Amino acid sequence: MENNGKHHIVPYKTHITVLLGLIVLTALSVAVTSIELGPLTVTVALVLASAKALIVLIYFMHLKFDNIIYSIMVAFIIFSIVSIIVITFLDYLFR
Amino acid sequence: MSENHTRSVDEPSYLKYKGRYRGIFAWIFSTDHKRIGLLYLWSILTFFIVGAILGLLMKMELISPGKNIMGPQTYNGFFTLHGIIMIFLIVIPGLPAVFGNFFLPIMIGAKDVAFPRLNLTSWWLYLLGAFVVLTSQFTGGGPPDTGWTFYAPYSFQTPTNMLPAVTGAFILGFSSILTGLNFIVTIHRMRAPGMGWFKMPLFPWSLYATGWIQVIATPIVGVTLLMIIAERVLNIGFFNPALGGDPILYQHLFWIYSHPAVYIMILPAMGAISEIIPTFARKTIFGYKAIIVSTIAIAFVGYFVWGHHMFTSGMSGVALYTFSILTFLVAIPSAIKVFNWVSTMHKASIILKTPFYWAVSFIFVFMIGGFSGLVLGALATNVHLHDTHFVVAHFHFIVFGGTGFAFLGAMHYWFPKIFGRKYDAGWANIGWITFFIGFITLYVPMFYLGIAGMPRRYYDYVEVFHGGNIISSFGSIILIAGIAIVIANLVKSAISGEKADQNPWGGRTLEWEVPSPPPLENFDEIPHVTRGPYDYS
Repeated sequence: MENNGKHHIVPYKTHITVLLGLIVLTALSVAVTSIELGPLTVTVALVLASAKALIVLIYFMHLKFDNIIYSIMVAFIIFSIVSIIVITFLDYLFR
Repeated sequence: MSENHTRSVDEPSYLKYKGRYRGIFAWIFSTDHKRIGLLYLWSILTFFIVGAILGLLMKMELISPGKNIMGPQTYNGFFTLHGIIMIFLIVIPGLPAVFGNFFLPIMIGAKDVAFPRLNLTSWWLYLLGAFVVLTSQFTGGGPPDTGWTFYAPYSFQTPTNMLPAVTGAFILGFSSILTGLNFIVTIHRMRAPGMGWFKMPLFPWSLYATGWIQVIATPIVGVTLLMIIAERVLNIGFFNPALGGDPILYQHLFWIYSHPAVYIMILPAMGAISEIIPTFARKTIFGYKAIIVSTIAIAFVGYFVWGHHMFTSGMSGVALYTFSILTFLVAIPSAIKVFNWVSTMHKASIILKTPFYWAVSFIFVFMIGGFSGLVLGALATNVHLHDTHFVVAHFHFIVFGGTGFAFLGAMHYWFPKIFGRKYDAGWANIGWITFFIGFITLYVPMFYLGIAGMPRRYYDYVEVFHGGNIISSFGSIILIAGIAIVIANLVKSAISGEKADQNPWGGRTLEWEVPSPPPLENFDEIPHVTRGPYDYS
């Protein structure tokens, strides 16, 4: 968006593809609950939710079309949150 | 620090400027960053007086064993309210909301922050949050008695009025996030031409690191507080073992925010000290880039040390070792800053003025707070000292000693710029030394009491702890006297002090190139920055 000083317009086709992708992933996260995955249930749900969040960030929130600095900031935040979760699990996995 | 000095001597100052509204409305609806800074200053000062009186009353209760002026339930309510007020209403907004709002735009050569209306919204949210928190004292089942940490499972079992306290803290979190976001965008987008990242003064740098903590960490406590509300209202069972929940999860979630919150308090304090010391040492700050790197390192590593509040909670051994090592790591960048400040003063022609006294006493008390933190960060000693008065002494040395001394140092440093008047230096020095003596007399005995085994949060104690408590309670009276002298002197000087010059200390950063007090939009034209912020050559 900033690179050329104009608002980038995402074509309808992309929006519809993204929407369909989100619907498929939502259906998948509901469907997957019927399979008994044991301790992996939460992991699968989180992976699917993360994939959806990523699609929203990249297309709907325009990270793909914006200055690289915003992607770096978002990556840094995700890295921080992942680190916090990993460190928290140092307690739960070894208790 | 700019090529063309930009003076706006003909314009009325921000204090006298007449906008759309009159009277008090000209302040509470003003989007001018300087007026918003002062709104925060007066709000914080009001709450601070309440919090300090609560602290004094607790010390009076502890002056001798047995019940003196209050019973256990009142004491529990007092330390909870004291903690909530001091943490959520004072030290977290503290330096960023007051001096950050006032000086960030001026120091980077901007006319205002990036989102002035959002800035005003932050202050209104702060007031709303404070109002909601304080209603918990007068409604429902009586004042909350959990301590400011709202630990589960007690926080969803106590019959006291928890919901307003937690909801208020949730609202205050939004105020903090909006301020942080505003500062990050302002620093990225509105620095004056020529002010590269490494020509920016250190106070804005500290606000930048703080802004990131506010934006990333605060939502976590927001979610946690919502979980407490859901737990109390809907009985879900996140933290209730009877329903399959885990009370330690609450402690994790709470401290994932509340430990970085310590850095929200201390980083801007360090930034202010980094402004004061080179000005009075008349020297370029030693290791400018090292201070920036250590600021960012503290902000970053500070995210991963929260578990040191939970060493005795029953966490896994692996988690204990990890948090202990990380805690020791965060001491390194803090020490780098101290060495840089001391090196700046080395062989300098120091001018001894009140702000400098506050700055060096900040270093002194911060060092004691830091070293006692390492005692608590070590696993073996922590078991002995956890939940004793040692912990209370430690965090008061850091939070009150660190943030408080830096806040008052910054207040005395920037006072002539903010109000355009000088304060009475004699009374300011008397206030400082009284405050300092009171502070040390109040908190040093607590280290001894903690090591001797006196637990915190008890309204009563056995006779063996009497001596230390007498000295400590006496110290609280001296400290309150010091606070009263400082506040009275500053308030009187703000009203009727002698007119101050544009640059009374000979500072080199941009705020000293605008009139005292500054006009509405600070600069006639945006300055062009050609040199570093601490160029005393």
